Amino acid sequence: MAKYFEDGRAERRFMKDAAHLFRFAGLFLIAFLVFWVIRGYVVPKSFGQYGHYRGSALGDIAAHPAKFAGHDTCEACHTDIADTKTKGKHAHVNCEACHGALAVHANDPTSMTPVKPDTAVLCARCHTASAAKPKDFPQVDPADHSGGVPCQTCHDPHSPAFEAGPATATAAGGAK
Amino acid sequence: MNISRRHLLVLLPAAAVAWKFVQAGTPEASPNYAMGDHWWGMLIDIPKCIGCGNCVRACQTENDVPDGFFRTWVERYHRSDFHLENPEVISPDGGKEGFPSVKEGEEGKYFFVPKMCNHCADSPCTQVCPVGATFVSPDGVVLIDPKYCLGCAYCVQACPYGCRYIHPEKKVADKCTLCYHRITKGLTTACCEACPTGARQLADLKNPKDPIHEFLKTHTVQVLKPQMATGAKAFYNGLDGSVR
Repeated sequence: MAKYFEDGRAERRFMKDAAHLFRFAGLFLIAFLVFWVIRGYVVPKSFGQYGHYRGSALGDIAAHPAKFAGHDTCEACHTDIADTKTKGKHAHVNCEACHGALAVHANDPTSMTPVKPDTAVLCARCHTASAAKPKDFPQVDPADHSGGVPCQTCHDPHSPAFEAGPATATAAGGAK
Repeated sequence: MNISRRHLLVLLPAAAVAWKFVQAGTPEASPNYAMGDHWWGMLIDIPKCIGCGNCVRACQTENDVPDGFFRTWVERYHRSDFHLENPEVISPDGGKEGFPSVKEGEEGKYFFVPKMCNHCADSPCTQVCPVGATFVSPDGVVLIDPKYCLGCAYCVQACPYGCRYIHPEKKVADKCTLCYHRITKGLTTACCEACPTGARQLADLKNPKDPIHEFLKTHTVQVLKPQMATGAKAFYNGLDGSVR
């Protein structure tokens, strides 16, 4: 071995052969740096804030405008209706369950006046008799019960039960 | 720096308030909402569901869900007395306009099952996403980042409950957000707001005052496809064994 490296020829030749490896290593290093710089610009700052996703997406999703105001908002102004409701069977039916999404009205009451729903259609949606419904839920056959007359002719939709109801046409639960 | 006792008394509450904001993180629009304080789920009380379709309509209104697609829908099961394992399931237009009437005395058992994203804690849908576009948020809601989604639909296939779809216009995956824009502002979801019978209840499992804890203790509550160990957080009360 000692003789082999004596004049340094083999060593020079080894370095000459290895030089292209170093050049490749340099290229790889530059490519990696370029990748790292581009990645720094392209990947959003909030990526990885909470996990492998864009943290600011949570804010984007939460920025969607609400269309249902929520019953607390309604009851802040419509206290009279809220009082009627708390005494009746519909105490736990929220305003917008029947009146529809009204955040537009809640945000600016003068901008729109909500249209009163047609009780002949609205009430039937829940109270039409069907054996598939829970037995203790008040149900009627609308044609038989009222013959298409709007329900509010007799019932107050906000507190629908009668104090002393008529003997016939009761909706005390179960399909009739 | 020398801090006197008087200054410390002022600084400590200020630091506590500041820390509250640090914890709150995003969403910036709701500075009082701290993600770390919530772990959202949903309680669905099947014996209370009347199949009116209010939830489906409310969801479509609130979230601009395109026609023919559903973030929540209602199914009507007819479990025959003779074929217990093969229930007949219908969901006309997602139950949006209700269901055809059933005459009294029909054979078998009828009941409604509202369906929605189960907001699984170990969700298969988030695990398959190749680009980090869908994830479980720190407050336990499975969400989609529409800016990152490629629309590859892996997640649509991965969801065992069929709760995802590709939005026909945006061409990205879409699903129930548990009304993230509402619950972060202290409101309940649109479906819960519109449900007339209280068959749906938003539940915060990290809030010790939430009635969900008492309910889970006192009722027989099940999740859908428990054998898949998805960590589903849509809790069904009175769930029939035939429900898939």
